[in-house]
Amino acid sequence: MKLNLSEEQEMLKETARDFLADRCPRAFVRQMEESDTGYSRELWQDMVRLGWVGLAFPERYGGGGMGFLGLAVLLEEMGRVCLPGPFFSTVVLGGLTILDIGSERQKQEYLPQVIRGERMLALALTEPVFGSCGATEVSVAAIPEGDDYIIDGRKLFVYDAHIADYLLCITRTEPENGITAFVVDAKSPHVRCTLLKSIAGDRQCEVIFDRATVPATGVLGRADYSQNVVQGMVERATAAKCCEMVGNVQRVLEMTLDYAKERTQFGKPIGSFQVIQHYCADMATDVDGARLAAYQAAWMLDQGLPCATEVAIAKIWMSEASQRVMNLAHQIHGAIGVSMEHDLHFYTRRAKAAESAFGDASFYREIVAKEMAL
Amino acid sequence: MDFGFTEEQDEFRRDVRSFLEDEIEKGYWEPACDAWIQGFDPEFTRRVAERGWIGLIWPREYGGQGRSHTDRLILTEEMLRYGAPAACHWFADRQVGGAILTFGSEDLKKEFLPRIARGEAYFGLGMSEPGAGSDLASLQTRAIEDGDYYVINGQKTWTSCAYFAHYFDVYARTDSEAPKHRGISEFIVDARSPGLSRIPMTDITGTEAWSDLFFDSVRVHKKYLIGEKNRGFYQVLHQLDYERSGMERIMGNYPLFEAIVRFCREHGLSSDPVVRSKLAQLSVEFEVGRLLGYRVTSVMEEGRTPNWESAMSKAYSTEFEKRLASVAMEILGPYGQLMAGSRFVPIRGMAPHSYLGSKGYSLQAGTTEILKNVLAARGLGLPSS
Repeated sequence: MKLNLSEEQEMLKETARDFLADRCPRAFVRQMEESDTGYSRELWQDMVRLGWVGLAFPERYGGGGMGFLGLAVLLEEMGRVCLPGPFFSTVVLGGLTILDIGSERQKQEYLPQVIRGERMLALALTEPVFGSCGATEVSVAAIPEGDDYIIDGRKLFVYDAHIADYLLCITRTEPENGITAFVVDAKSPHVRCTLLKSIAGDRQCEVIFDRATVPATGVLGRADYSQNVVQGMVERATAAKCCEMVGNVQRVLEMTLDYAKERTQFGKPIGSFQVIQHYCADMATDVDGARLAAYQAAWMLDQGLPCATEVAIAKIWMSEASQRVMNLAHQIHGAIGVSMEHDLHFYTRRAKAAESAFGDASFYREIVAKEMAL
Repeated sequence: MDFGFTEEQDEFRRDVRSFLEDEIEKGYWEPACDAWIQGFDPEFTRRVAERGWIGLIWPREYGGQGRSHTDRLILTEEMLRYGAPAACHWFADRQVGGAILTFGSEDLKKEFLPRIARGEAYFGLGMSEPGAGSDLASLQTRAIEDGDYYVINGQKTWTSCAYFAHYFDVYARTDSEAPKHRGISEFIVDARSPGLSRIPMTDITGTEAWSDLFFDSVRVHKKYLIGEKNRGFYQVLHQLDYERSGMERIMGNYPLFEAIVRFCREHGLSSDPVVRSKLAQLSVEFEVGRLLGYRVTSVMEEGRTPNWESAMSKAYSTEFEKRLASVAMEILGPYGQLMAGSRFVPIRGMAPHSYLGSKGYSLQAGTTEILKNVLAARGLGLPSS
């Protein structure tokens, strides 16, 4: 047991923090929220050059071989600065899914392109289903027709589909154990993408597959996987989102502590008042709990260990703790914190979107309950 | 970063488990909540000592095994999981031994550590007084020099394990002129000393686990002063960091947790979505507490004294234990009120016992409020008020 980062991971963390402090200041985040595409091509290419896009992939595909833990460190730093752009969608949702279930030929074909920054990916998984079980229910059908498949249906909350080159579309090809993933050309005229307007200011899309034809060679790996394959995607995405959110809540804690030390009322810094100190202590406990739970899940994924419960624990804790942290952060910041002039809203809005991303606390509590043999 | 254990550590865990399972099978004791603080069983302590499991982390020259903090974490985690009656040696193993090792003279180390490790010397803690709880530095018990001796007068309260303890770790004022933090010293006091008397206290659970101690001109030889004269308050802060460091704060009621989950499975309650959600949430909160506890061990493995990390872990964990007991009571409904020994009592009455006992958890060893102060000032660097 060793709960701190390795030297290599520490170095990565420092490099990432310096780079992002320089390249992703708040003015940039604000500008990206207001832009059409929501990302900067130039920044993306620089991240490619730093090896970040390939960091988690094996070296044989041109990656950095730093595994899921390396990725976790990077995601935390990205969460710290609310980095806009397609890193999460291309690497976590797209690239790692190809690495997980793609054929060797597909890995050889797609991963080096992604790692070199030539292609961007998006994962079309979630469907328009209300309720907390929506994260993993797949009903959009892919019907075989000759040597092709025809995909017809609607996917929602697809991150960065508007700039993706390929969509990984998760479909149902059999009622039981019939999950098939396709690599779909995102620019096909039979794929229509509409931007949603989310609280986080990120770019999520509705994607309509209007009788989109995909050749059988577009089947990722093989046809008719079990539901486990979706669970694998969702587990990775969830653990990664938790790591990103560790950066978010950690930064919010730090901003709040700085503010509590500077802001003077009644002739004293408000951070000297016991009630504020206890609020901050509660925030720190929530943040440290979130960090430990998220990194435990990331470590298990990195080691290839089964970790449905650990991922669920991380997400339940993060979903609820982050809301407590934001509430206290706003209370301590007072009125300036609810203005657009202050930075806090960037974090508040992202934490709220993350709360339900890939399954909310209720969804994961049911997973934990099952693991407890209840 | 590594959240796992080594093969040797896993094997050690298996050894501890099989020892405890064997003990239960032989009917030596029944798993119980709070057994680390209320389970007095000298024979159990002797059998634990025979295995070298008291003072596990102390140097071999003082009767220890020179093992790692992680090994001790594993040992205590399993003791708590099985609700083993470890109170006779718990305090000396957890903190007094460490205090002697860190601050005590060579003679004190030689006199006490091997006996503690052999399970022959039990310690109770003489810290709190009727007028000094959270504000421990204002304690009034006095120790006045008289030749080679100190003469102690005063009263301690909430002294743990007083009925069984052979010795007390006592803090007394040795300089009444100095600022209150700088006039306190730490002593080892023999429980059989003339002038030392005890009145047991019955806590809200009906248990006599604590006592009032009265010191009427109790003479203690100077060699039983631990560390430096008048540095006792700084030594107690150090000791408290260890008192708060362990898994007992999150696992003290583990037998209840296990029992209520099993009860729900066996009585068809676990198909109720509300019950499922409550138990799953407890499990999440337990796991987070476990990780905060592991982090404390990880800090100790780095060679640091865990300070705000212990405070955070203890504050969080005792609040968890309150929720655990409350949820168990809610699930049991009207049966939850039945005390051990009553007709119809479910799960041996552990739920109301823990419910009542847990009110004290967030007071012992530093109240939640004091711990949050420690965390805010030492961990977060917030200015003093």
